[in-house]
Amino acid sequence: MWETLTNYNWENIFSLLPGALVFYVLAGLAILFGILVVANPFSRSPINSGLSLLATVLSLAGMSVLLHAYFLAAVQVIVYAGAVLILFIFVLMLSRKEMKMVFTSTRIRYAVGTVIALALACLLLSIVFQMPAAAPVKEAVDGTVPAIGRLLVTEYLVPFEAISVLLLAAIVGVVHLSKPNTKGESK
Amino acid sequence: MIGELLYSFLDWLKQIPHFWWWLAFTLVKIGAAIGLLLGMVAYTVVLERRVASFIQDRLGPNRSGPWGLLQPACDGIKAFLKEDFIPGGVHRFFYWLAPAALMVPAMMTLAVIPFGSNIGAQPMVIADLNVGLLYTFAVVSMSVYGIVLAGYAANSKYPFIGGMRASAQMISYEGTMGLSIIPIFMLAGSANLSAIIAWQTTSPFHWGIIQAPLSALLFFIATLAESNRTPFDMAEAEQELAGGYNVEYGAMKFALFFMAEYASVIMGSAIFVTLFLGGWSLPLPWLNAPAANSWLGILIGFIHIGIFLAKTSCMVFLIVWIRWMLPRLRFDQLMDLGWRKMMPLALCNIVFYAILLWGIAMFRKVFEI
Repeated sequence: MWETLTNYNWENIFSLLPGALVFYVLAGLAILFGILVVANPFSRSPINSGLSLLATVLSLAGMSVLLHAYFLAAVQVIVYAGAVLILFIFVLMLSRKEMKMVFTSTRIRYAVGTVIALALACLLLSIVFQMPAAAPVKEAVDGTVPAIGRLLVTEYLVPFEAISVLLLAAIVGVVHLSKPNTKGESK
Repeated sequence: MIGELLYSFLDWLKQIPHFWWWLAFTLVKIGAAIGLLLGMVAYTVVLERRVASFIQDRLGPNRSGPWGLLQPACDGIKAFLKEDFIPGGVHRFFYWLAPAALMVPAMMTLAVIPFGSNIGAQPMVIADLNVGLLYTFAVVSMSVYGIVLAGYAANSKYPFIGGMRASAQMISYEGTMGLSIIPIFMLAGSANLSAIIAWQTTSPFHWGIIQAPLSALLFFIATLAESNRTPFDMAEAEQELAGGYNVEYGAMKFALFFMAEYASVIMGSAIFVTLFLGGWSLPLPWLNAPAANSWLGILIGFIHIGIFLAKTSCMVFLIVWIRWMLPRLRFDQLMDLGWRKMMPLALCNIVFYAILLWGIAMFRKVFEI
């Protein structure tokens, strides 16, 4: 125990603890908050769902840190937690006057939801059982900024550009939708 | 006898494994840095009140201690002894969570800021991440949740409007903030804050503010907006909102909001100093390179920390000064400035530096300089 602690690569704080332990804690948190997103027994408020999703995203970022993919972790927090989710919560808060909006559901919706959830679970389980047993990560993923930048402009240039065109289309669409109906449009 | 004891003590010190030394030094650094930050927060409050008073031809708090220097102690004791009252109708859990959710990110930024070169063999930074700057952005982007939660948890109108305004403003300026410093990445060739300082120490003309002045200006304005300071303090416009997102809070919880604002001002100043003002370095012999591992080097290491603190304090003073000199922007002006003026400027700035650096590289290649 003493030897493993002292001879470890101590520069990374997460390697102090056995990686598996940290992984299971983070995975547990991710699943717990993931459940709270869709089935919170204490409250049906969408704000609670949004904040649970935030906790899930942060747990997933922690897993990226475990894989030494610091860039991915930082971007995950900046983009998902810092931008996307805050917009979700922003819209949820503005969407109802009384801030008392709750999810309501009907029997048909429950039935459809159950079928979809089961289908998704089967799909995921089939993938899990097809996969070979996960080997521990031997080398750290090269998650540095230059490495990712180089990959984006060489190997993955075409998908990268395709995504940027898609995002541009989305932005143009949003601008068009949010524009008030002017006289010029009705002609 | 004493000599033998000393030698056996030194032997005992030598056999302590590396890991425990690292742990001990890191804990000491964390403790010292947080203590210093909170001390600076306390005295920034005094500074703000005194500067405000002088600007408005008043005296300000000058009764407790010499020049009012014991004022933070009085305020702190007052905040702790007040009744911790929770208004009815609030969302209790979020009401408790919000002040912490605002204070924690403000302090977490501290982890990657190099507040000195090194003392002995110890680098004066808690965690030298290779994505240091992205880490600070990730942490800063988390602080908006504290304000949103405070506005939502209070379950009343004015805090809610304050929280909404704050989140809209912070989302708007976060983009500009991130884009404004990309030229610094390109010039320094790294996102690691220590590497960015090392790049700036090579010559006085390498300071970020000289190399990329527009970046510095945009980043400074975005910092003001991110920490909800005038002229961007829409979230707590007291004439309109009776105080904003923190109206329903009292006692120490209110004090935490207050401290978080000043902590984020100080951290914003520290990041500005690191990126644009050369960090702990001064363009003078001894002071423009990391300190050596010697007795003199330890002294220089402490001087480096002093330089960093002095630069940061100057930036804090500038931000306080601005608060009492400029009127508040209207909300539509604020959004207009953020999205239609600063964002395009930041993008043009990036393209300009990309073309410039590419041109220089091509020039060097062609003429083989």
